[in-house]
Amino acid sequence: MNTSTLIFVIAFLALFSYWFAIQRTIKLAGGLAKVKRLTSLPRQFGTLTAFWCGLPALIVLLIWSIFETSVVHSILLSSLTQEVNQLPLDQLSLYLNDIHVIAAQITDGELIRFDEENLKHRAARYLVETQVSADWMKSGLVLLVCVCSVLFIVSRFTADFQARVKMEKIIGGILWASSGVALLTTVGIILSVLFESIQFFSAVPPLEFLFGTEWSPQIAMRSDQVGGSGAFGAIPLFAGTLLITAIAMLLSIPTGLMIAIYLSQYASERLRSIAKPMLEILAGVPTVVYGFFAALTVAPLIRDFGGWLGLSVASESALAAGLVMGIMIIPFISSLSDDAISAVPKSLKEGSLGLGATPSETIKKVLLPAAVPGIVGAILLALSRAIGETMIVVMAAGMAANLTANPLESVTTVTVQIVTLLTGDQEFDSPKTLAAFALGLMLFVTTLALNIIALKVVRKYREQYD
Amino acid sequence: MNNMTNNSLNETHLKNSTSDKVMYSETYSVTEKVSASLKRRHRKESRFKAAGLLSVLLGFCLVFILISDITYKALPAFHQHWVKLEISFDPSWLSLKDSGESSLLSANYRKVIKHSLYASFPDVKGRKDKRKLFKLLSSNAEFTLRDKLIADVDLIGTKQPVWIRLDDDVDSYLKDEPEIGAAGARVDSQQAGWIHTLQIQNRIEKRFNIAFFTHGDSREPELAGVKGAFTGTLLTMLVTLLLSFPLGVSAALYLEEFAPKNRWTDIIEVNINNLAAVPSIIFGLLGLAVIINIFGLPRSAPLVGGIVLSLMTLPTIIIASRASIKAVPPSIREAALGIGASKMQTAFGHVLPMAMPGILTGAIIGMAQALGETAPLLMIGMVAFIVDVPTTVTDAATVLPVQIFLWADSPERAFLAKTSAAILVLLSFLLVMNISAAILRKKFEK
Repeated sequence: MNTSTLIFVIAFLALFSYWFAIQRTIKLAGGLAKVKRLTSLPRQFGTLTAFWCGLPALIVLLIWSIFETSVVHSILLSSLTQEVNQLPLDQLSLYLNDIHVIAAQITDGELIRFDEENLKHRAARYLVETQVSADWMKSGLVLLVCVCSVLFIVSRFTADFQARVKMEKIIGGILWASSGVALLTTVGIILSVLFESIQFFSAVPPLEFLFGTEWSPQIAMRSDQVGGSGAFGAIPLFAGTLLITAIAMLLSIPTGLMIAIYLSQYASERLRSIAKPMLEILAGVPTVVYGFFAALTVAPLIRDFGGWLGLSVASESALAAGLVMGIMIIPFISSLSDDAISAVPKSLKEGSLGLGATPSETIKKVLLPAAVPGIVGAILLALSRAIGETMIVVMAAGMAANLTANPLESVTTVTVQIVTLLTGDQEFDSPKTLAAFALGLMLFVTTLALNIIALKVVRKYREQYD
Repeated sequence: MNNMTNNSLNETHLKNSTSDKVMYSETYSVTEKVSASLKRRHRKESRFKAAGLLSVLLGFCLVFILISDITYKALPAFHQHWVKLEISFDPSWLSLKDSGESSLLSANYRKVIKHSLYASFPDVKGRKDKRKLFKLLSSNAEFTLRDKLIADVDLIGTKQPVWIRLDDDVDSYLKDEPEIGAAGARVDSQQAGWIHTLQIQNRIEKRFNIAFFTHGDSREPELAGVKGAFTGTLLTMLVTLLLSFPLGVSAALYLEEFAPKNRWTDIIEVNINNLAAVPSIIFGLLGLAVIINIFGLPRSAPLVGGIVLSLMTLPTIIIASRASIKAVPPSIREAALGIGASKMQTAFGHVLPMAMPGILTGAIIGMAQALGETAPLLMIGMVAFIVDVPTTVTDAATVLPVQIFLWADSPERAFLAKTSAAILVLLSFLLVMNISAAILRKKFEK
């Protein structure tokens, strides 16, 4: 049985044990009328039993699935001859791959002729047999666990058995475990990125990665150089990211801030009610759409305009990507700054207006200074968003790592390089693939730091008026 | 403001130390100063206000330009040109042995089309010209004939008018008739002449492009459709919903109703807030390194995409659900506890149902976010070119945003319109989700 059928079988057994436990409980109480003598309701007994049926079985299934591949692998390895086991790692993996292909052909009945003399064929047959018996063992074990745990819990049913309390304990445990998933995700991100990065840094020295000014991972691949070639210097990527982010910020900070000010201080209720959905549209448009807009509308426009002015503009200019990224970030800044401005106590504003200051003087000299921490927080969050933004730059920025500050030239960013390095064929032992994880680590650390600072700033500011 | 305050303080100081006459003149000068500067200050005020209004208008303009640009580019994708050819299903051209299904499947339909096409243009001679003429038709024409013949075997040996798709280059030419020989034109003057002959003979028809909604991806723009990507999106979203909704709601319930105030809870809270702002591409790296390389799940599968996206939307759903659970008045909890319900019964029987509309709104917003996400899916191999429409969550599939990304990269002109049309499909999908979230929110506010 494959895993999904097994899950369905477990679900069915859980439903059955729910019904079974209810019947048992009614019998235990001595008829439906006397159920009130029990400490818990029959359906609470039923739910408890269903949990006992399903949960241990699912846990066993999960653990089995995680370890099955590696256990089968080592069984296969131990069955092979000494010579094969002593092959170099890459040849061994090729050899094993052949066996797996043949095994797949055997199970699908596509193998034309089984050759008893061929070592690979024999190994493949052994592999198929192992897989089949592992499958049977898995199904048997899971079903055994189901039945045993149900029988165990049902045998303990008595009139004063605390079924509800036990059931609620299990549900509490499930809730607790769900809250841990987010933490596990973070740990998973850190471990996976860190592990691959450490491998990368054993091939390319960290200092060279951080301060090198030449980035050309493809060349290093082709001439079979492993590190030391100076091709993994990430400075052009960092500079490109900063250039595009800076353009985006130059557009989005003033516009976003002015929109927030106008909507919160001047606009009529009617304008607000149509401007808010407008901002929501800008915020809700998928980034791939912005990428398309940048690459096929804005970039040609800028190039033609530049050509008209007599400037030479790259067709994948940093300006196009930056401007469109700025459009994407406007609603982000405006909604967060709106919150910050609205949170300033009304008394401050009224006091200033009462002294005869004009509304704009009040905003510039009273409201904004009071809201500065919130606005700074918003800008930092927007910054981290812009740095991590992928699709716009993948579609509209270039691939070549130029170290330049000219917004009309083509630059590349950290996220673009991660995507280019990881789409297509990958080998997990080449520094080219691993470099993507090192870049990911940089990205994660930078955005995390920005977020932590931003949240700290915002929280500190909130305490001032609460 | 500060300067003004300082000035008036100085005036007060002066007033105390000097004679009445001086005082009078000083006060007079302050009023004068204020009224003189008033004009300037009001000008500044209106300038500031105008700048604000301008920014808001800029926002409106951007939305308008974005939507209208994409809609305008998408329009050609919804129509397609077909040509009517007199096809003679000659058994010798078809090289048919019998009328069984297998021989029908492998018959030579290309020859039939070629002969019928050349018959309508008797003056076209020479291999090169003939090849150019044949290029007017979509490469799918053979299959159109095959399906027609399999549906009705009696057509063998007869002459029938058959509508056939034109090639995408011809299609684009008919849609906006660019100058012949212009840079990038894919139709030369000879082909344009044939097309005009066909038009004069009333043999070219513009039809609604159904293939766009019923076909999977294709290398030929005139055959490419969004069905594969749409189904992939639905499967991925299903996995995302099934994983992130229960997990997110239980986590929120735990944190709001049961969690003790301790270090563990603090760590989880900080962690969720930070996770919400981690760039999506990092989740792709996690999916690649852990879900594919360690757990060995298949690449390009909606299952893996769904898992990655649900990890990504989990923080959004948890934060929205917590806010909604927090908004349930404490009196509800106290009343339930007071009549003897356990904490668990209070949470599931009273708090959760009352918080549900808010939780659903948050979930829909989270799902909408996941729907438009592209970057993490590129990492786990959902960028493959896939023609078949996926049927299960472990089939290789792609999703709408990735399809948009792939088509945007294609060199064929006709894919530009296809890309924009796919964007419109994605945006309307998003619109439906957001409207339903807004309706739920309205209901919730009552």
